[in-house]
Amino acid sequence: MSETKWNITLRIYRQKEGEVPHYDEYRMEVEPDEYVLDAVERVWAFRDRTVCFRHACHHSTCGACGMRINGVEKLSCITYIRDVTADGAVLKIEPLRNFPVVSDLVVDMGSLYARMESVHAQSVLPVPQAEIENPPGQWDAEDEGYLRLVDCIECGLCISACPSAATSSGYLGPAVLAGAQANGVKGRPELLQLVDSEDGVWRCHSAFECTAVCPSFVDPARRIMDLRTQIVVERIKGLFRKS
Amino acid sequence: MDTRHNRPAPGRFWSWFFPVGRQTGGWAYALNRITALGLTFYLFLHLIVLSLLARGPEAYDRFLALVSNPIWIFGELLVVAAAILHGFNGIRIVLTTFGVSVTRQKQLFYALMVIAVIAILIFGIHMFTV
Repeated sequence: MSETKWNITLRIYRQKEGEVPHYDEYRMEVEPDEYVLDAVERVWAFRDRTVCFRHACHHSTCGACGMRINGVEKLSCITYIRDVTADGAVLKIEPLRNFPVVSDLVVDMGSLYARMESVHAQSVLPVPQAEIENPPGQWDAEDEGYLRLVDCIECGLCISACPSAATSSGYLGPAVLAGAQANGVKGRPELLQLVDSEDGVWRCHSAFECTAVCPSFVDPARRIMDLRTQIVVERIKGLFRKS
Repeated sequence: MDTRHNRPAPGRFWSWFFPVGRQTGGWAYALNRITALGLTFYLFLHLIVLSLLARGPEAYDRFLALVSNPIWIFGELLVVAAAILHGFNGIRIVLTTFGVSVTRQKQLFYALMVIAVIAILIFGIHMFTV
């Protein structure tokens, strides 16, 4: 930690039941090497106990503290203040887009979780099936017995950043389609039906914002493109099966 | 609680064009929509112009005389530019859809836009000099 101190203004989105959305400002002294979540927590602890926000693990594993920080979706627990603002500047904190606001920075992500279930997204995968960096050419038989947590932490940043998700409430969204891709549509006709639809992979119009904001290197855009290839292959095979 | 403003809705299409925090792919997405809207607008304009033919050759000739000034030619160049940008951006989408250059979509976009700008310049020079 540096000894440097910055004076910043935290401009936090506020909305309680029945209220018109507005912003409250809190001038505060911070260390630039602190995380944004530290500053928000300090507002709650010492300035305003009514500020609502979600947080848990503080190390980007739970995905609870996703917010828009100066307009960009980030996990506030791993975002350094020095990376997103400057001494004397304003730091704007808003809830994720495309989810209903429950209170202030807390949004209702129920639709995401329900859709993850609808595509039977896995929490863990056998190690050889999990996409890891630089996988070995050949897995040992012993490795095949191990499970690995999937990368997606269901933080919702990708859905908030996706411009297509802003205008379509039925769109499954990047995280969900990435979950479907991990399962694969081969031999799963109901999953194929779900993702090969107006609100499935074809709603994605290649903005790649999901991949840009994903804090967990899931690369949803690449997975959506791969899912499209899987769908086309399955549909072509289906034509021959019918004949 | 009224949370309509934060829910997905067709009326929030303006956010497609909101530039804050957008990455290269997001700019490409916005460009595709802006050019598509421009071309759609032009299509209707084109149909209106063609309808002048129904009023006889003199009406159409008067219109042709009107559009020969540089401001109209610049407007036509904008239409050409929109078509080229939209087309090359479409190539990016088709290629990435089928797994080509997905992890290098930014570079693909920049490369296609360089080609598009060169094509627009060639068209512009031709339209203003010939």
